Amino acid sequence: MWTLFHKFGSPPWLYRLSGAILRWLLPITLLALVAGAVWGLLFTPPDFRQGNSYRIIYIHVPAAVVALAGYYVMAIAGAVSLIWRMKMADIAMRACAPIGAALTFVALVTGSIWGKPTWGTWWVWDARITSMLILFFLYLGVVALYEAYENKALAAKACAVLSLVGTVNIPIIYKSVDWWYSLHQPASIKFTGGSTIDPSMLYPLLFMISAFYCLFVCALLLNMRVEILEREQRTAWVRALATERGGS
Amino acid sequence: MYFESLSAVLQMDGHGTFVWSAYFITLGVIVSMIYVPRRREKRFLRQLGGQIRRSEGSNPPSARKEV
Amino acid sequence: MHPVRKQRLFLVLFLVVFSSSAIGLMAYALRGNINLFYPPVQVAAGMAPVGQNIRVGGMVVEGSVQRSDTSLEMRFDVTDFEAVVSVVYTGIVPDLFGEGQGAVASGKLDEHGVLQASEVLAKHDENYMPPEVAEALEASKARMAEQAAEGGYGQ
Repeated sequence: MWTLFHKFGSPPWLYRLSGAILRWLLPITLLALVAGAVWGLLFTPPDFRQGNSYRIIYIHVPAAVVALAGYYVMAIAGAVSLIWRMKMADIAMRACAPIGAALTFVALVTGSIWGKPTWGTWWVWDARITSMLILFFLYLGVVALYEAYENKALAAKACAVLSLVGTVNIPIIYKSVDWWYSLHQPASIKFTGGSTIDPSMLYPLLFMISAFYCLFVCALLLNMRVEILEREQRTAWVRALATERGGS
Repeated sequence: MYFESLSAVLQMDGHGTFVWSAYFITLGVIVSMIYVPRRREKRFLRQLGGQIRRSEGSNPPSARKEV
Repeated sequence: MHPVRKQRLFLVLFLVVFSSSAIGLMAYALRGNINLFYPPVQVAAGMAPVGQNIRVGGMVVEGSVQRSDTSLEMRFDVTDFEAVVSVVYTGIVPDLFGEGQGAVASGKLDEHGVLQASEVLAKHDENYMPPEVAEALEASKARMAEQAAEGGYGQ
């Protein structure tokens, strides 16, 4: 267990491992995203009330789900970086922020586009949508805060604190539709009890959620690789890699 | 397949603009999520490689322009 | 665990717990303002301000929608099954607006307790199913109602 923990702290090991993982995970992820989109767009029945506009669910819900889960990854990485001063945790936290921001942006934009034909409005300041907007700003805040510091150790500390404080927003987003009167409907997929979405629509949705999780892992590794190289640029292994690959 | 023709797929009973724009915006974001870090990595390695070659080329330091 | 790390761990826990409770208390204090709309029962109890822009949300009562022949004016009632609020609105409603469906109307309450709406939004629920499934469900519901009406208890 501890040897694995220490291995994760080793930049060249993680760089090589991530390269090996990405070589097969990235093509699979892209294929799954395309397959899921085709399934959702063409091979699922329309909804009895919303017709075809509901097909936006196959990107809106996965993006939102992974944006929320990604925040926990960022906050946990932040906590590890605060407690153990582990460089890789700091790098993982930094790598999560732009991905989370991108996914939250997708959830907000697709939700807005979906709202127009169904609710009759692009935007409404209800609890779910507003708390999701706050999540977007939290992610952007971590990105900006990190850039604001010259000293990377200080930046990591400040970002870790911000992301830990922001975790309170995640259960609020999740429960907002139950706690307050909102325009947004409650969740259709439930951990306990039956889901209120027909199986013919549930399976492509679950498929798409898994594909978005894979996308998150891919993007996280890709971002971490850049960050690792930039921080380790004085070490022998990065310089060897640069002369070998970037020399031409 | 729940549509009879390509135009039905594009129109989606009047919701086509909404659905397709949502999917294309998402596509754009996903492509940039993958492309941007990859490009940064390649560019970084190229720049560092160039730097190393230049500093090696200028060795020994006495060969520099010291008239 | 190393005492310094333990101390940092407590710091992290402290940070999360206290910021959560601070924001939690704030949300609790503002709970009325976080609601997007008033349910009709609160309007009936006089909790909604008169003459100010508010939103009222609930189910559109079956058979209550009346449309004008000459203009886009319409009236309907929304209910939360405890109280009813009448809404007057001029304009186009979303496609999903309908009797027996959720709606949120924003506007001003007049002195008769009627909401003069400037915007009507449709609220849909979390049920998604293909049209055939919805029809089958509808049909089986109707069959059950019929059996109940025939007094099928004895059978």
